Amino acid sequence: MIEIFRFISGALILIGAFLSLVAAFGVIRLPDVYTRNHAASKSATLGVMSILLGTFVHFFMEQDHFNSRIILGIVFIFITSPVAGHLISRAAYNSGVKLWEKSVQDDLEEAVWRRNNRVRQRDN
Amino acid sequence: MAFQILLNFLLAFTWMFIKVSFDQVTFFVGYFFGLLIIFAFRRFFSSRFYLHRVNAVIALLLIFIKELVLSNIAVLKVVLKPKLDMKPGIFALPTVLEKDWEITVLANLITLTPGTLVVDISPDNKILYVHAMDIDDVDDAISSIKNTFEKAIMEVSR
Repeated sequence: MIEIFRFISGALILIGAFLSLVAAFGVIRLPDVYTRNHAASKSATLGVMSILLGTFVHFFMEQDHFNSRIILGIVFIFITSPVAGHLISRAAYNSGVKLWEKSVQDDLEEAVWRRNNRVRQRDN
Repeated sequence: MAFQILLNFLLAFTWMFIKVSFDQVTFFVGYFFGLLIIFAFRRFFSSRFYLHRVNAVIALLLIFIKELVLSNIAVLKVVLKPKLDMKPGIFALPTVLEKDWEITVLANLITLTPGTLVVDISPDNKILYVHAMDIDDVDDAISSIKNTFEKAIMEVSR
């Protein structure tokens, strides 16, 4: 039984490390802020979460120690990291970072343009 | 919903006082009987029997975890593919949700979906602007996923 859990915790930690590595590759390889943000905000989340889960299983089975702080850490990362990804990409868009030149569609540009136009008309 | 849970706790404590034994087992027995009583009197409450909503929250959590795993596989495929031939873009997504927390949960769900990331939300909370990794094959599939997400969130808030 304990062997099975040893295997599970090892596999979780390896998967987490692999996902973090893929996130790092994605940040290097992808062309613009928004696509890089995809890699950073998703792969890194699940990577860290599964490393923490593997650590939790390890200490719970080997030392019989229920560490609730790891569970809290998993929950906090799960809640906060998509918000961080959203805020970074929103800040990038609002400060005028261009999309990749091969991007096909941009509905937000039009909406922002219309919004600014309305503000300008009101001010005049 | 909060009122029903509070009432259930109150009934559990009443059970403990009736039994004159103050341990966890008595509390849980009392909680169970209180649950039965609330279920029997469910038509006198203004909202639904609260276990339905607890059920909906658990379903939403499972959707969250499933989407997280799927989106990681999708990102893995794009990053490890030798050629960068995706077509990214930003599309507008109208939503029917109204309360602030519902839109927050929907935005978090979309951010964790395969290939999508919320960039901005219009000032009147009606349109979400979503950056998609691969816009032509995802567009239809995503709108159907959105329907399931919105439905699951509405199931919680109804």
